[in-house]
Formats: sequence, structure tokens, C-alpha cells
Amino acid sequence: MLLDPFLEFGFLRRALVGCLALSVAAPPLGVFLVLRRMSLTADVLAHGILPGVAVAFLIAGLSVPALAIGGLVAGLVVAVGAGALSRATGGREDASFAALYLVALALGVALVSWRGGGLELNQILFGSALGVDDAALLLMAGVATLTLGVLAFAWRPLVLECLDPAFGASVGAGGAWWHLSFMALLVLNLIAAFQALGTLMAVGLMMLPAIAARHWSRGVGGMAVAAVVLAVAASVAGLLVSYHLDVPSGPAVVLAAGAGWAVSVLAGPVEGLLPRLLAAQRRHLTG
Amino acid sequence: MNPAPSEIRLSDLTICHDRRPAVHHLSGRFAPGSLTAVVGPNGAGKTTLLRALAGLHRPQSGRIEGLPRPAGIALLPQQAAIDRGFPVTCRDVVLLGLWAETGPFRAVPREGQARAALALEAVGLGGFGARPIGSLSAGQFQRVLFARLLLQDAPVILLDEPFNALDARTVADLLGVVRRWHGEGRTVIAVLHDLDLVRREFPDTLLLAREGLGWGPTEAVLTAPNRLRARMMAEAWATDAAACGRPLRASAA
Repeated sequence: MLLDPFLEFGFLRRALVGCLALSVAAPPLGVFLVLRRMSLTADVLAHGILPGVAVAFLIAGLSVPALAIGGLVAGLVVAVGAGALSRATGGREDASFAALYLVALALGVALVSWRGGGLELNQILFGSALGVDDAALLLMAGVATLTLGVLAFAWRPLVLECLDPAFGASVGAGGAWWHLSFMALLVLNLIAAFQALGTLMAVGLMMLPAIAARHWSRGVGGMAVAAVVLAVAASVAGLLVSYHLDVPSGPAVVLAAGAGWAVSVLAGPVEGLLPRLLAAQRRHLTG
Repeated sequence: MNPAPSEIRLSDLTICHDRRPAVHHLSGRFAPGSLTAVVGPNGAGKTTLLRALAGLHRPQSGRIEGLPRPAGIALLPQQAAIDRGFPVTCRDVVLLGLWAETGPFRAVPREGQARAALALEAVGLGGFGARPIGSLSAGQFQRVLFARLLLQDAPVILLDEPFNALDARTVADLLGVVRRWHGEGRTVIAVLHDLDLVRREFPDTLLLAREGLGWGPTEAVLTAPNRLRARMMAEAWATDAAACGRPLRASAA
């Protein structure tokens, strides 16, 4: 009964497949961002891809390959540019990121509004999981496959780069290259996600499960698995809520991920509020 | 240990950090198997020199010769540079010491696991393998990092402030490890602040205040006039000295 809408409607099945593809690939990347204390970077990059998407839209309309290429170029420019700018001028990287993303967001909205109407702007900012076409599905599945492959390959260097970059550099682990590949994967996942969730929501399915995951495991691998499970659950629940309550699908999926985060903070076995309270009470009673 | 360390020679070495000169026109040599303390006031370029020896900073001018690289160098970074909240176990951190053998992709051999357990025992943390690093005290975590150095088994060992903010017992234990490395003929270079400890334990000293003010037997280097000079140079540094390769401009001497 729960799955009836998915069995009945093709567009809902496509939305589910798209969101599941995002759910298995993006959250592990989010876990690495959280561990590197770069949780806001994904948000910045998601806004950073907007001018590229907008230029592509001006040239080719709402064509998936064109939007993806435009977004990839703009995202990599922001990702690499912020670091290079702060190194060249001695400023802080987070400040360069903030400046670039504010400009990028304004520029993107201005460009899209210049030629397109409210409908196109809405599509680009908020996406439409229910309007995912074949090209977008292929992009999502392709990006997910690539991400999982690269993560399996680069797991150890990525962990080392997060934990102790100086040691990594001293043993010649090539940290900069792994970091760059990681940033490229990040941008690709945001582009894949923005087809379904829009630029403003694309980060939701990546970061919320990743942030919640630390309440379910004490290891990096366990956190990645927990994040994927949470994201899959949020995708299914969000699409069902969207269907039954007639809410836009993007916000519904992200809200479902938010609910997963709230439950994790409250009841997660690792430093969740309730388990901590119970443990304190037990200590009080036995002590 | 393989291979045996060779002499490390610095010739007219200038290194910039953050686009400012940090080490200026330094020349000298670390003899094979020597145990050298690098001392000097804050901002004297000690860490920058160590990082350049580890290959993390490229010299602006001058040369470093005789370094085995990168498998032959083991670096202990400052503890503050490591994220202690990261969710890994002590065993995993120690096993990173096998990077030269495993690289990014190869599995850790069974014998490597046994070596990691032995290294943890050698630093007084037997049975701590499965503990997350977040649950350790600063002293225990430094012991874990020393265990990682043991696993690296490198002929040249670079220690950046290895004994900062540690209790006396931990310092004594870790000094025991340093002595053992010295006894095995490894070249050990340590950035230190505690001059009494340097006098007691380190036969050679490099006194650095961006320029080398003395390099040789510790007693001959750590004289009162030399230390006074280092302090005066620290106070005279110009904040706008941006030109590497030219002599440092002093604002007031």
C-alpha cells in the first residue's frame, strides 16, 4: 500500500530512481565535508554552479547536457578559484568562498531572469523531482556510479587528507590531487542533484544525512553507510509525502532528510540527547 | 631501518612561509646519526625549516642535499595541526606509518597489524588499538603518533615540538624512544623550547632566529651571548620584510 503510488505512476518511479541514485553517492561525500569542517562548502558550490547553468540556459534552454556542462565549469571555477584567490592575496578561504557564492547566486538569478520567465527560474532554483527526464536520470546514475567507484579507490588518501594533511604530504600521498578530485566529484553530484532538487535544495540530500550520520557510528565507514541509509529513507518518505500532501517534491525530500537529522540528534546511539540523558540518569541512580 | 642515513647539507637556504621570509641564508650540515635540537624564539623559522626538510615547503633559494625522500623521512607534525575529533582508532593512525609499503591502495599485511600492536606496546599503550583517538589525553595521543613513527622505520626523523604540554612521565617515556633511535644510528632533528632538556639530552643544537646563530655542540651554541642575540633579532624583525633572497631589513636594532 505504501508503495502503491510508485507502482501506479511512472513519473514517481523515475523521481524515486533519481533520488536513490543521489542518495547512495552524495551523502558519503557529505561525510567527508563534515569531517573536514567544510559543511558549508557544499552550499557555496551549489550556488556557485548557478551562473554556469544560467549561461547554458541562455544558449541552449533547459537542456540537461548543456546545463550540466555549464554547471561543472562554474562549480570548478568557484572550487579552485576560492583557494587560489585566498592563497594569492593572503585572505581566508572561507571569506573568498562567501564572496564568490554571493556574486554567483545574484549573477545566476539575473542571467536566468533576463531571458527566461518565472517558470524557468523556479525550475533552476528549486528543480522538479517529478519532472526528471531520461537524460537527467542517466546523468544521476552515471555520477553515482563514478562517485562510488572513485570513493572506493580513494578512500584511504581522502581519510589521510582529512586527518593529518602534513603527514600525508610528508609521505608523498599527493593530497592536493585527491582534494581536487574530491571537489570535482562534489560539483558533479550537485549538478546531478540540481536536476531534481534545484540549486537551492541540492545540498539537502548530501549534507543532512551526513551531519546526522555521526549519531549512528564512531567510524568513517559506518558514518558513510548510515548517511546513505538515511538519505534513501528520506527520498522514499519525501516523495510519498509530496504525492499525498501535494507539496513540491524537492522541499519534501529535504524536509524528510531534516526529520531524519532531528531523530538522529534526539535518539542516535552516539551522543544523541536521549541516550545521553538516560546514561546520566543511570549514573545518578547507581552512583 | 633501510637505508642508513646520509649527511644532510643545507647551503644558503632561504625559505618563505606565507610569502614572508622565514628562514634566511642558512648553511650547515646534520651529520648522519646525529641528534640535533632546533631552538630559537617564536617565529624564528624552526617549524618552517623542519617542514622544508620534510618536503612540505620548497626553498626560495639555496639547496637541501642528502635527504632520502619521501619514504626515508618520518615527520611528527605539531599536535595542534591534527584533528583529534576525527573518528579513527589508534590502530588506524599507527598503521598510516606503513604508507611507504601500502601506498593509497594496497591492503595492510597481517604482519603490519602485528607491528602496529608492538609499536603501541613500545610507547606504553598496549591494548589501546581499538580506542578512538578522540578519547585519548594529549599525552596518550602523542604516544600514538610516536608509535606511527616507529612503524615508519625511517633513517631520518623530524619532530616538531614533540614534548609540548606533556606531563613529566610521558616526556621521560618518549625521550626513551628518541634515545633508542639515536642509538640505532638514525638522524633525529627536533624543534624544542625547553633549553634544560636540550642541554641534558641533545648533543647538537641549531640556534635559529631566521638566520642560523649557532650550529654545533649544544654547550658551545647555547651560550648567553648567543641567546641574547637571538632574542634581540626576534624583537628587531621588520613586519614588512617581504623580499626573499635579499638580506632581511631590520626596523630597529
